Amino acid sequence: MENPYVPFPMRIEAVTVETEDENIKTFELAFMSKEEGERFVYTPGQFAEISVFGKGEAPFGMASTPTRPGRLEFSVSRIGVVTGALHQMERGDVVGVRGPLGNGYPLESFKGKNLVLIGGGFGFSTLRSLTNFMLDDSNRKDYGDLTVIYGARSPGLLLYKKDLEGWREREDLRLHLTVDKGGNGWQGHVGFVPEVTRAMAPNPEKAYAVVCGPPAMIHFTLPVLKELGFGDDRILLSLEMRMKCGIGKCGRCNVGSKYICSDGPVFSQHELSRLTGEARG
Amino acid sequence: MSERTKTLRKERLQGFLERLLEEREVFAPRRKGDAVVLERIDSAGDVLLDDENTQASPKFALFPQRETLFEYRAGTKGEVVLEVPRGEAKNQVLFGVRPCDARGLLLLDRVFSADCSDPYYGDKRARTVIIGMGCVHPNPACFCRSVGGGPCSAEGSDLFFLDLGDRFLVEAASDKGSALLEDQDLEEADETSLALSRGIREAAEASMGRLDVRENLGERLNRIFEDPAWKDLAETCLGCGICTYLCPTCHCFDLCDEGTGQGGQRIRVWDSCQFPLFTRQASGFNPRPTVKERFRQRIMHKFSYLPETHGMPGCVGCGRCITECPVNLDIREVITTLSEGNPR
Repeated sequence: MENPYVPFPMRIEAVTVETEDENIKTFELAFMSKEEGERFVYTPGQFAEISVFGKGEAPFGMASTPTRPGRLEFSVSRIGVVTGALHQMERGDVVGVRGPLGNGYPLESFKGKNLVLIGGGFGFSTLRSLTNFMLDDSNRKDYGDLTVIYGARSPGLLLYKKDLEGWREREDLRLHLTVDKGGNGWQGHVGFVPEVTRAMAPNPEKAYAVVCGPPAMIHFTLPVLKELGFGDDRILLSLEMRMKCGIGKCGRCNVGSKYICSDGPVFSQHELSRLTGEARG
Repeated sequence: MSERTKTLRKERLQGFLERLLEEREVFAPRRKGDAVVLERIDSAGDVLLDDENTQASPKFALFPQRETLFEYRAGTKGEVVLEVPRGEAKNQVLFGVRPCDARGLLLLDRVFSADCSDPYYGDKRARTVIIGMGCVHPNPACFCRSVGGGPCSAEGSDLFFLDLGDRFLVEAASDKGSALLEDQDLEEADETSLALSRGIREAAEASMGRLDVRENLGERLNRIFEDPAWKDLAETCLGCGICTYLCPTCHCFDLCDEGTGQGGQRIRVWDSCQFPLFTRQASGFNPRPTVKERFRQRIMHKFSYLPETHGMPGCVGCGRCITECPVNLDIREVITTLSEGNPR
């Protein structure tokens, strides 16, 4: 029987400093055996537990897309013990990985629909995965209009600048970048994500909104989506909670009768509204 | 009754245990200082047979407070070598487990086998036999009958003992139990013993009473999640977590590494939802910032979430959290208060 607690090793292939404050780095990891790579079949929105041996484990959503197999990418904000240790690691170092864990975004339901992806700050990593997945040549035809609204505090804190440039060039994706404070030739929007969402007024018809970001952003974006006409079952959220086991045993990420790790992390607003207190935020 | 119901004269208990000890590790209740503990015995002497339950629940035998999940060490070429310890897989018997605790293990079974099976728990569970012991005189803090159990219920046991005075009634309650019975030379239960056992069961149940708790307590709790009553109920709680450590169903754990980057082990240790660090995120944000939220989580998990997800409450009425709470918080009062129409 597969032991769900034992990670497999992956080698750090590249480290990219994402933000000007250097607090967020993206780690590109390579599988060390072909079988492990083939076994790791994932969906955007799923996550993995990354081990820094001697320090422990922490969960991260896959920032890479399964359409580019062989490598996994994780964006890591330096904030605690494990993430601090990860930031010290370099190309060639080995980490442990357990996953894929969680449910991921409901790609089947998305088929034939228009998608509005709304992200803020660090929470953008799984939306990057989802965007790149849908933009892949073999998938693009399965989805309708694609709108990405992405905000950060300042231009220097936007992640995945290369991707953003590539997306801007495309005609099959509407990209709205916004920052709390502009300057230095910033040409995008200035303002919070909820305001920009209201101003851009994405059409709710045949559409899903996928929201991932800090609690305040979610809190103020939900009423805007409602106003625009998005039903609760058409709003998807990726939740965050402290996690350990990632397989619904350790009790840590329990919210209402759900575990964020095994029942989520992706829930519709409809599901969340039926859960108790804590899930309603 | 059938050949699955036998009797064992008390003077022959020693022989019964000795037979078990030949092939298995046996854990049985013993007095240690002021406390009764379930511990591994080497001989069949001084096993405690009165109605006092063990201070700690038997969950440790399947879900140890500290357990190594794997060892790791840095290899010579920068790789990491992982090794899962292969313990001596000895069969074990837990003797004298009370009905509440046997039921508690049933909940752990569901938690650790749901969705993704836990091999550490599963391996130990597969080689464990539970010999239950009915409670003839339930203790004052016991309330198993109010949470779906009973003082003489064989649910969760493989073999079930009931004290009839000079002998035990011994029932096989599972295939494992039947196999164990076949291995022992016990007498068929006669009509007198059976009649006696029925009387003892009825008296034990009648001595307990039932709490005035709503049938649909879980739904009720969901509705009053924001009620000010929670703050009042949690007012005196110190957040020490002893209730969760002693609880036969609490199973929250932490995973951490012991050692350095060069070598060490990943361990699993019991944790508690009553501690602020349990949910505090690295950013400093804590979704359960005060004792009130953590106290509420414990009650909600036991009486609303677990019934919904695993079909039974996370409380078996053993009363340990009542007798050992340093500020005398009583979970019976909590659930009866919350059951009332307007809890305040």
